[in-house]
Amino acid sequence: MAAAVPSIEKAASGVTSSAVLGFLRKPKQLLIGGKWVPAKSGKTFETINPANEEVLALAAEGDKTDVDEAVKAARKAYEEGKWSKIGPHQRSRYLLKIADLIEQNADELATLETLNNGMAISLARGMVAGAVDTFRYYAGWSTKIYGETNPSEPGMFNYTLREPVGVCGQIIPWNGPIAMLAWKVAPALACGNVSILKPAEQTPLTALRVGELILEAGIPEGVVNIITGFGETAGAAIASHPDIDKVAFTGSTEVGKLILQASAGNLKRVSLELGGKSPNVVFEDADLESAVATSVFGFTMLSGQVCCAGTRVFVQEDFHDRFADALTRYTSKVRAGDPLDPKTTVGPLVSKDQFDRVKGYLDIGKKEGAKLTTGGDVNDGKGYFVNPTVFTDVKNTMQIAREEIFGPVVSVIPFKDENDAVLQGNDTTYGLAAAVWTNDVSRAHKVARRLKAGTVWVNCYNVIDPISPFGGYKQSGIGRELGKHSVDLYTQIKSVYVKL
Amino acid sequence: MAAALPSLERTTQGAKSSEALNFLRRSPTKLLIRGKWVSPKSGKTFETINPANEEVLALVAEGDKADVDEAVKAARREFEEGKWATMGSHQRTRYLLKLADVIDQHADELAELETLDNGKPLAQARTIDIAGAAGVLRYFAGGPTKIYGETNPSDPGTFNYTLREPVGVCGLIVPWNFPLMMAITKIAPALACGNTVILKPAEQTPLTAVRLGELIQEAGIPDGVVNVTTGFGPGAGSSIVEHPDVDKVAFTGSTEVGKLILKASAGNLKRVSLELGGESPNIIFPDTDLQIAARQAMNGVFFNSGQVCAAGTRIFAQQEIYHEFVAELTKLSNGMHPGNPLDPKTRLGPVYRRSSSIGSMAISQKESAKGPRSRQEKEFTRETATTSSRPSSRM
Repeated sequence: MAAAVPSIEKAASGVTSSAVLGFLRKPKQLLIGGKWVPAKSGKTFETINPANEEVLALAAEGDKTDVDEAVKAARKAYEEGKWSKIGPHQRSRYLLKIADLIEQNADELATLETLNNGMAISLARGMVAGAVDTFRYYAGWSTKIYGETNPSEPGMFNYTLREPVGVCGQIIPWNGPIAMLAWKVAPALACGNVSILKPAEQTPLTALRVGELILEAGIPEGVVNIITGFGETAGAAIASHPDIDKVAFTGSTEVGKLILQASAGNLKRVSLELGGKSPNVVFEDADLESAVATSVFGFTMLSGQVCCAGTRVFVQEDFHDRFADALTRYTSKVRAGDPLDPKTTVGPLVSKDQFDRVKGYLDIGKKEGAKLTTGGDVNDGKGYFVNPTVFTDVKNTMQIAREEIFGPVVSVIPFKDENDAVLQGNDTTYGLAAAVWTNDVSRAHKVARRLKAGTVWVNCYNVIDPISPFGGYKQSGIGRELGKHSVDLYTQIKSVYVKL
Repeated sequence: MAAALPSLERTTQGAKSSEALNFLRRSPTKLLIRGKWVSPKSGKTFETINPANEEVLALVAEGDKADVDEAVKAARREFEEGKWATMGSHQRTRYLLKLADVIDQHADELAELETLDNGKPLAQARTIDIAGAAGVLRYFAGGPTKIYGETNPSDPGTFNYTLREPVGVCGLIVPWNFPLMMAITKIAPALACGNTVILKPAEQTPLTAVRLGELIQEAGIPDGVVNVTTGFGPGAGSSIVEHPDVDKVAFTGSTEVGKLILKASAGNLKRVSLELGGESPNIIFPDTDLQIAARQAMNGVFFNSGQVCAAGTRIFAQQEIYHEFVAELTKLSNGMHPGNPLDPKTRLGPVYRRSSSIGSMAISQKESAKGPRSRQEKEFTRETATTSSRPSSRM
C-alpha cells in the first residue's frame, strides 16, 4: 500500500519542540539485535495524529520474517547470558538508567504520546511519570527475587530457584503506549528475560523513542527488540512462534482468545489483559460531589478508551435521579478538545475505526430506548472527537450495557440494595475492575469482597500503582501484572534436590 | 580536653582530593540536628588521627547526653509530624536513589577521607567501602515499594489484615572498621522502612559520617530524618542506648559492648539488633586447591588489616595437608608488605590502634610460633601467622 508522505508541519501543528520534530523527521525502523533495520519487505505504514488526521510518520511494517530475525537475536542474547546471567545489581542499575533517561526526556515523550494517541497532554505527562516509577519499581525487584529452601528429609537438601522464562513476546495496545511498554518490558527485564516488543500499529512512536533510550542506557543488543507492524501479521507471528517462551498481551478479549489458542502450539506461557465493562456502584450515603466528579473521570479519562473504565454506573434507587442529574450536568461541561491544550481533559479517539465504532454504539443506545441526557455528538471537521455522553434509563441487558464501547459513553442504571447491586454488577462476562461509593466501612469491604473484579476501588476510581497487581477475573484476562505477582509471570520455578 | 589543631599538609600528605582537603579545612566540628549544623552543648571537641602517620586530621564535635536529647527530639518530631514516615513509597525510593547518586559523585573524596581516617588502602576504600555503600543504598532504595503486609483468612464477619509499619526513632551505632559502609548499611534499611535515625559513628573514624550528613542534605532528604552525633561510646553512644524515647538501637562492635547495650535497652524495652565479634573457623580439606585456599584464607584474615568481625582467624587444615598449607600461607604472607594507604598499589594498611597490635604480639610470643614477627615503626605490623595444633590456646 503506497503510504502518504508525512506532513510534519500539519500533523504536529502546535508543537515547537525541536526534539519532537527531529524525531518525527527521522526514518523509523525495527530494532533487532541492537541495530535499527528496515522491514525485510521494505514496506512502511502510516501513523497519524487523531486530532487532525494528518500523517505524523511512516513506520516500518514488520511481519513474520522480521519476527523470526528478532527471535533469533533475542534467543542468542538470552542463551549467551548477556542479560540473564549478569548479576542482579547490574540489571537493577540498567533499569534505573532507563528510568532516568525516560525522565530526562519526559516532555518530548509526553508530546509524542499526545500527537500519536490523542490523549490530553496532562494525562500523557502523568503516564510518562508513571512509566518512570514503574521502571524504578522493577529495578528494585532484580535484587529481591528469592527462592526457598524446603523442609526436606535429612539426607536430602532441596531448594527452589526462580529463573527467567526466556524469550518473551510482548504485544501492547494503543491506549497507553508508554505506560504499557513499561508494564511489560520492565518486569520482563528485571527477572532476566529478553523481549520482543510489538507496539500497536496505531501508536508506534513512543515505543521507538524509548527503544533509542534503551540503547542509550547500554542495554546489551538483542535484549529488547521492537517490531512495529500489524496484529494479523507481526502479532500473530509472535503468538505462534515456536521459539518464544512466553507471550504477554494487552488488548481486546476477542484477540486475546486467538492468542491463547495460538499459544498451544508450543505451550508458551500466556498472560492476557483484556477488556472490561466495569461496574461503578454508588450507594445512597456516598458523597455526591466527589462521586459525580470521579465517576465522570472514570468514563472520560483517555476518552473512555481504558480497559477498566467505569462504564456502568449503578446508583441506589432513592439516590438515582439526583445523581443522574448531577452527573449529566457535570459531564455536559466536559467537551472533547485539542489534546495539546493543557486544560483539555478529553482528546480525540485514536482512529477512524474507533470513531466509527463508538458512533455506532451511540445509535444503538438510542435505538434500544436508552435516554441520552448529554453528549451523543461528535465534532465536525478534522479529528475523531466524540463528546462525553450519558445514557440513563438503561437496563443491564441492553447492548450498550453489555458490550465494551471504548469511548466516553456511560450507562446509568438504578439498583435496589446491596444484593441487587452485586448481582447486576457481576452480570457480565468481564471482570476487570469495579468501584464502590459509600461511607459505611463495613459495606465498603463487604461489597468489595462480593464484586467479581481484579481491582476494586472504594471511593475512588482508576487508581493504579505499580506496587499492586492488576488483571482480570473471567474474560477480562489471565494473570496479574504489576506488584510482586508479576514476578510470577516472568519467572519459572525450579526445584533442586541434592543428595547429601 | 584541649585538642591539638591539625597541620593538614603533614597529616594528609599524599592526599589528592581537593574536596577532601577542603572538608578537613572547614573543620567538621559540628553535629547535625534537625538539618542544622550545631556545636555540642559542652563546646568540647576531640581529635581524630591518621593512623598512617599518627597526626591529627581534624577536631570533631564531642556530642554528649544533652546533644543526643536534642537529636532524639528532632528525630521524634520528624517521625511523628514530618513527611518521611508518611510519604509515598515511590517518593522515598527517589530520595534514596538520589543519595546513592550523590555518593557516587563524591566517591573519590569519600574514599580518600576514609583512608585518611581509618588507614585502609585507598584502592580498597574506593572499590569496596564506597562502591559497596552505594550498592547497599540502591538495594534498599527498592525497598519502600516492596514492604507488603498480608490479608488473613479470618472468619466471615471480620476483615483482618497486617501492616508493616516503621519502628520509629532508631539509634545507629557503627564501628570504625568500615565507617561509611557500616553507616549506610544501617541508615539505608532504616530509612527505606520509614524510620528516622540518629547516627553515632565510632570516635576513631567520624569523618565520612559527618560528610555523609552533608551529602544527605545535598540529596534533599528532609531535616531531622538523619541526625549525626559524633562523640564517644560512653557519652553520645550510651546516651542513645539509654534514651527512653529511642525505639530501636542497632549496634555493630565488640561482643563486650554489645552485652552492655542489651542490658541498657531494658530501660524502655527498645528493640535491639547486634552485630558483634567473631573468631571464625576457616576449614581446609585435602580435596581443595591449596593455592586458591591459601590465597582466600590470607584474604580472609588479613583483609582490612584483619579488622573485620567475620575474619577467618582460625584456620583448620586437615592433618594430611597441614604443613603444605602452612608453607603456602606463609609464602603468600611474606609477600604482603604494609604500606602507605594512600598509594593505590598498597594492599595492606596500618591497623587502627597501637594497642590492638601490641596485644596480639604479646600473645603470639607466648605460643611457639612460626612465621615473621618484625615490629615496625608506627602501627604497621607484619601479619603474624601463628600455627598451633591446640585449639584451646588463647588466640
